[in-house]
Amino acid sequence: MLEIVGKLVLVAAAFALLPLLVGQAEHKVMAHMQGRLGPMYAGGFHGWAQLVADGVKFAQKEDVVPRDADRWVFKLAPGVALVPYLLVLLVVPVGPDGQVVLDLGLGLFFALAVMGVGVIGAIMAGWASANKYALLGGMRVAAQLMSYELPMVFAASSSAMAAGTVSLTGIPEEWRWYWLPWQAVGAVVFFVAGLAELRRPPFDMPVADSEIIFGPYTEYGGLRFALFLLAEYAGIVVLCALTTVLFLGGWKGPFLNTELGWLWTLAKVGVLAFVVIWLRVSYPRMREDQLQKLAWAYLVPLSLAQLALTGVLKVAFG
Amino acid sequence: MGRVGRLPGGGLAKGLAVTLRTMTRRSITRQYPEVQPDLAPRSRGVIALFEENCTVCMLCARECPDWCIYIDSHKETLPAEGGGRARMRNVLDRFAIDFALCMYCGICIEACPFDALFWSPEFEYAEYDIAELTHEKERLREWMWTVPPPQAHDPSAEPPKEVAAAEKASARAARAPRTPPGAGA
Repeated sequence: MLEIVGKLVLVAAAFALLPLLVGQAEHKVMAHMQGRLGPMYAGGFHGWAQLVADGVKFAQKEDVVPRDADRWVFKLAPGVALVPYLLVLLVVPVGPDGQVVLDLGLGLFFALAVMGVGVIGAIMAGWASANKYALLGGMRVAAQLMSYELPMVFAASSSAMAAGTVSLTGIPEEWRWYWLPWQAVGAVVFFVAGLAELRRPPFDMPVADSEIIFGPYTEYGGLRFALFLLAEYAGIVVLCALTTVLFLGGWKGPFLNTELGWLWTLAKVGVLAFVVIWLRVSYPRMREDQLQKLAWAYLVPLSLAQLALTGVLKVAFG
Repeated sequence: MGRVGRLPGGGLAKGLAVTLRTMTRRSITRQYPEVQPDLAPRSRGVIALFEENCTVCMLCARECPDWCIYIDSHKETLPAEGGGRARMRNVLDRFAIDFALCMYCGICIEACPFDALFWSPEFEYAEYDIAELTHEKERLREWMWTVPPPQAHDPSAEPPKEVAAAEKASARAARAPRTPPGAGA
């Protein structure tokens, strides 16, 4: 009982801290990639407290609900966007031998299903805002979810097939170094499709600020808006953690897998989060049709090819 | 780099390389309030008045495209010295530049024949009230303390006219004893 409580506290702390770290890293990395310094004032030392200051600012703002909005759906949407990522973190192992809150036998299914729910939050927000831009954004979110869920699930199932289990603790157990070349295509497809589901640039067509203001989040302000932002960064953490567990061997590092497993996991998540930020800085936003084409014409066939490759090699050598 | 660009996906790699390279370089941000900017030697911050040199000739006020220079003066009669006529003299009562109007063209400084106006690099004189931007002559005189000494000439440039003339004169003086004027050959 005490162990479970301790683990829950740890996960809650990670859920509160890691997205903030990613957000701060995004501020600083993006700034330096653009030849700027980024936040420098808040907190004194290189603006380390910028996101804390932002949070305080958001908390002070008035909670406005538009007159024509669907009040309950509008108010519920940020929670629906945020909570699923917390639930996914519960089943992500950080180390071997039960260093996970909930060791589900169907962990992979649970994670993918619940991550899909997170997207519903944005669609709810888009619909309930009673704003044409928000609605357009919501529709784009829906279209994006439809096209990218498929390659994401295919790629994830390739990893599960290679491991012979859908348990998130089981997959890293089975992981060997040769998975890196073997599952490389699947890893890339999973990561890219995950980015698209999180609506991260260059897949941020649903929130394209230059054409539809801020998409589904147009009418939000204050704390509810902050929750959406938090959901985005929590989503990055969850996506990076899932990619780590499925394709990069989770807690497996060059040495001391048992003792330092959590550190290897965190390091891999950190590197992947850096890549997420790096991609955002480097590439312009994709147009809606390019976005759909990337999913259906490239990612789906690639993930199917990966599935075939995994199956053939599994039968031939397994 | 050119070869990478032709491979499939090479353009994407190129974009990533550019951002990564930029990240490793020092950022170009100037942290102004904490770190003072290193301004160009002739930067135009504020106009200083060397009141003692001003003769109230009004050339600056007339040349000013914005008409932002205000000059008031009166005439004073100096008592005659040693049998001469009594002399008239202009006395400066007011000299003000309205920096809310000034466009920092520097024509007044160019026009001043008596070296009474100078550029100073000081620029931090923003005010909450626009009227405060009209600097009266006391304030303009204070700016004189911030005027930097004139810039040194380029090492390879021609020497200044004054120096060249003085050197020519001294050379002539050095030659003089050998052929003193009127000594006859």
